Amino acid sequence: MTSPAISITAVGKVFNPGRKGEVTALTGIDLDVAQGELVSLIGPSGCGKSTLLRLVGDLETPSAGSVEVNGKAARQARLDHDYGMAFQQAGLFDWRTVAANVELPLELLGWDAGRRRERSRELLELVHLEDFARHRPWELSGGMQQRVAIARALAMRPRILLMDEPFGALDEMTREHMQSELVRIQAETGATVVFVTHSIPEAVFLSNRVVVMSPRPGRIAEVVEVGLGERQEATRADERFFAAVTRVRSALRGSAGAATDSGVEVGAE
Amino acid sequence: MTAAAVSARPGAGGSAVRRALGRVALVAAAVAAVGLIWTGYKAMGAATGDVWPGTSRPLPVPTDDTTLPPFLDILRRFGEPQRTGDPAPLWQYLVDASLFTFREAFVGFLAGIVIGLALAVLMLRSHWLERGLLPWVIVSQTVPLIALAPVVVAWGNQLPFGYWQSWMSVAVIATYLTFFPVTVNALRGLMSPDRLPLELMRSYAATDRATLVKLRFPASVPYLIPALKLAATASVVGAIVGEISAGLRGGLGRLIIDYSQQYLTDPARLYCAVIAAGVLGILFVGLIDVLDRVLMRGRPREAT
Repeated sequence: MTSPAISITAVGKVFNPGRKGEVTALTGIDLDVAQGELVSLIGPSGCGKSTLLRLVGDLETPSAGSVEVNGKAARQARLDHDYGMAFQQAGLFDWRTVAANVELPLELLGWDAGRRRERSRELLELVHLEDFARHRPWELSGGMQQRVAIARALAMRPRILLMDEPFGALDEMTREHMQSELVRIQAETGATVVFVTHSIPEAVFLSNRVVVMSPRPGRIAEVVEVGLGERQEATRADERFFAAVTRVRSALRGSAGAATDSGVEVGAE
Repeated sequence: MTAAAVSARPGAGGSAVRRALGRVALVAAAVAAVGLIWTGYKAMGAATGDVWPGTSRPLPVPTDDTTLPPFLDILRRFGEPQRTGDPAPLWQYLVDASLFTFREAFVGFLAGIVIGLALAVLMLRSHWLERGLLPWVIVSQTVPLIALAPVVVAWGNQLPFGYWQSWMSVAVIATYLTFFPVTVNALRGLMSPDRLPLELMRSYAATDRATLVKLRFPASVPYLIPALKLAATASVVGAIVGEISAGLRGGLGRLIIDYSQQYLTDPARLYCAVIAAGVLGILFVGLIDVLDRVLMRGRPREAT
């Protein structure tokens, strides 16, 4: 095995230290993510899974410990454009066309217009939106907007994709479709993905490993190996899929008994 | 999600010619309505002897032909000579004066936008500056223009370089009224992007400058448009008041002073000058409307 893509060592995060609203969001986090691996973070609200993702992306700085990405500090990785990020909201700029939104990171890198257009066409084909390049984001459905956001996140060919509930606002059908798309895209690009979600089936379907977290203070309760290998629609009805869902669910239940009123979607139906 | 709450800008389907004709018809109808009210009011005053019908309460404005010249006389006055013995009709003088005033107003307007944007960007950069500067920006607008204008004109005349001309001092006065709405709204607009787009820019390791150009400026356009409309009318007011304070010949301000001094002999002429000033303001705002359409092309308008 080569060195890990992400290496999190003894990380803690305290918000408002020494002040009235002091909150320990994370404590004693150790986690390595291998190159090309897809890892999900799951846990009840307030378990710090989004904070952990933001620490990896250098949107927050840790209060303790270290986050190394591709062998360098998270901040350096951000400055080197190693990241692509996608959030629950697409966050597209409504004054730009779909293609111009996808090209935004490339513009910032100083790519010329010809190369940008070529790359955005490629990316929009990847997310099956090539016919919508000239449209405005607000003319698209929520699921399509989210696909544009993912295309944008991939624009700089980031080695690391950080995704914070990117499918959380989508309906179930679109959501499952997007999950399959992400699996396909990840296989094609070989990117390392860290994925925050509330949904157990989603985490299981997508991930090589599911990191189950527990709250107050946020820490890792258990890491569940999934490894479903090649995933198709049939995988969702597979024995091994349900077995993994059950393992993640019991890990969540076991984690300080906090998962009962937590808002985690436990059912796979 | 937001896609449901917004709609395309109206009027995209109708032809431009039809819309323009509709506008002309609307303006004509408005002028006719004002004329009817004006004439009706005069007729009522003439019939009752300047009291409300059935009472002895006097009308707020007397209806004699000096105070309120007949509406058609005012319209007709535009075509008559400015003064006896001068072949050029009044409207020509008014157009010339309007263009003169517009130059001052427009230069002041542009300078006001530049200063307003610069102040907003400065205040955006530093909270300390915002807290230090904003009160002064507000205080600046409480100083009466009438007091300030002569000072600006006097300073302008003292400037050592010979290039400075009086109309530029007037433009400075127009700037003074213009920069305020631009500053306040630009600051709001620049601060309008929320955490998500800002963190996106951060994830791209975008510089402050790139964030300003690619995100904050475009996001501030919807906030700037209403400020520009305010600034456009304010710059016309500033230019006219400035001309009067500076005693500058050639613009509407001076004409208004001249005509009001000869009001008793020629009342309709002053009304014509006032109408010209109003039309100038309206045309200026119309210009901003065109700019609005260009800048906001393809952007959603919140359906409120």
